[in-house]
Amino acid sequence: MEHKQMTFGFLFAVMHSLLVFAVPASADEFTEADMKRWQEHYMVAVKQGRELFTDAKLGTNGVACAQCHPNAANTHPETYPKFQKQLGRVTPLWEMVNWCIRNPLEGEDLAADDERMIALQAYITHERRGVKLEPGKH
Amino acid sequence: MSTLNRRDFLKGAGAIMVGGGLPLSLVELAFADKAQNFTFAYISDSHIQHIKGNKFVRNWDRGLIRAVAEANLMDPKPDFIMYGGDLAQLGTKAEIDHGLELLSPLSQKINFVIGEHDYYLDLGEYWEKKVSPLHYSFDHKGVHFVVLNSILTYDDWINKWPSPEERMNQMAGLDNPNGSPFMVGEKQREWLKKDLSKVAKDTPVVVFSHSPLQKIYKGWNFWTEDAEDVQALLKPFNKVTVLYGHVHQIQYNQIGNISFHSAMATAWPWPYPQTYAQVETHLPKLTVQMNRADPFFERDATGWQMIDVYSGNVALNYSLPENEGRSVAFNPKTGQPEDKKYQAQQGRTLPQTHY
Repeated sequence: MEHKQMTFGFLFAVMHSLLVFAVPASADEFTEADMKRWQEHYMVAVKQGRELFTDAKLGTNGVACAQCHPNAANTHPETYPKFQKQLGRVTPLWEMVNWCIRNPLEGEDLAADDERMIALQAYITHERRGVKLEPGKH
Repeated sequence: MSTLNRRDFLKGAGAIMVGGGLPLSLVELAFADKAQNFTFAYISDSHIQHIKGNKFVRNWDRGLIRAVAEANLMDPKPDFIMYGGDLAQLGTKAEIDHGLELLSPLSQKINFVIGEHDYYLDLGEYWEKKVSPLHYSFDHKGVHFVVLNSILTYDDWINKWPSPEERMNQMAGLDNPNGSPFMVGEKQREWLKKDLSKVAKDTPVVVFSHSPLQKIYKGWNFWTEDAEDVQALLKPFNKVTVLYGHVHQIQYNQIGNISFHSAMATAWPWPYPQTYAQVETHLPKLTVQMNRADPFFERDATGWQMIDVYSGNVALNYSLPENEGRSVAFNPKTGQPEDKKYQAQQGRTLPQTHY
C-alpha cells in the first residue's frame, strides 16, 4: 500500500539518520571526565600565559607583551613556522616570542620547554583559535 | 602656505631624515585666502615609561626625541605644537617630568591634551599643576580650537580600586576586561555647550580629544561613551574636525559635518581591532589602513603628523618610517577626508594583508 510504503520509508530514514548522526557508542572514546580534565589543564596554561603576557616583570624594563599586542593581536601564530628574513632562517613561534622578550622587553630568553614559554604560546594561540593555518605566510 | 608647497616640504624633510621619519602629524588648515592658511604639528602617545632611578624605557624615549627633533627642523615652522596625550605610561611625576624634559627643545608653544595614562594615578592633579588645564579652548587665525578631556569614566569604577596605583595599572591595559569606557561627561559637555555658544556657526572648529569621539571598538576603548552627545553639540557648525590620539594607527572618518582623524604614536603601533579574531569589529569604511608594523625596526608604524589647515578643513600628513608617507586631506568635492593617493577615484589601493 502506498501509505504503508511511506511509513516504512519514513521509519527507514529515521533509523538511517540514527545510524549516521546519533553519537554511537564508538570504540574506545575518551571519557567525559578525561576530556574535562584535559581541558582544565589547557585552560590553566592559557590563563598562566595571559598573566605572563601582561606581566611587567617578564622582561627587565617593565614593558609587557600586551602593551603592543592587545588580546595577542598581530602575533599571527597561524603563520608559523616561517622564514624570518631578519633572522635568516625558518623559525617557530617560540623563537619570535624570545626575540620580543630580548628586544622590546630587554629580558632573557626562555627555553623552548620552559613552562612559561609553553603557557605564552597556549595563550597566544588560544586568542587565534578558529583562524585557518597559514604556515610560512607573511 | 599651499598644499603643494607643503608636499614639497615633506619631500625635502624626507631627504633630511635618513631612513624616513616617525609619524609626526603636520596639520594644515587652509582658507580661500591662502594667506590665512597655517600649519601645526601634532605629536602623540609617547608613553614615557619609568624603570627606576633615572632609567626610562629607551625605545619610547627615542620615539619622542626623534619627533621633537624633526618638529624643530620643519621649515616653515608650524604655528604651534599639539601634544595628543599619553605622555606618561603610568602617570607618575617621574614620567611626566621626563616627558616634559624631552619636549623642552621644541621652539613653539605646545598645547596639551590629557590621556588616560596621564590621568588615572592622581586624577589629573599633577598634570593640571605642571602641564596644562584638562579642558580649554583657544582661537588661532580665525579657527576655534577646543581641547577636551575625553578619558573620564564612571565614578563607581574610579572609586573601586584599593590604591591609585592599582587603578592606574587597570586602566593602562588596553585589552583589560576590568577597564571602563571613556567619556567626556555631562559637566564638561555643559562647558562645551557654553564655550561654543560664543562661536559663529561659520567659524571652523577643531576639537582635540585623546579617545576617538566616535565608537569604533569598545573592547580596546577605541571609543567614547557619550560620543553622540558631543557630536550633537558640534553639529550646528559648518566645518568641524576632530583630531584624536590613543589608537596608535591611521584612522579617518566623516560623520555628518564632522571629519575625524587619528594621530600616530611615537611609542609603538597598535594592530587594527579586526585583527583580534574572537570579536566582530568595524573600522570606519573610509579608512585605508596603514601597513602592518615590522617588529624588527622599532620605529616602524610609529610617527608624527603635520597638519595643514585650509578653508577651515584639515589635511593630515603622516610621515612613516620604512613606508611611504601618507596624506589624508578633506576633499571638498566628496565632503570627506580621503587619502590623496590610496583613495584615488579609479580605485583605492589596499593596504598590506593584516593577519
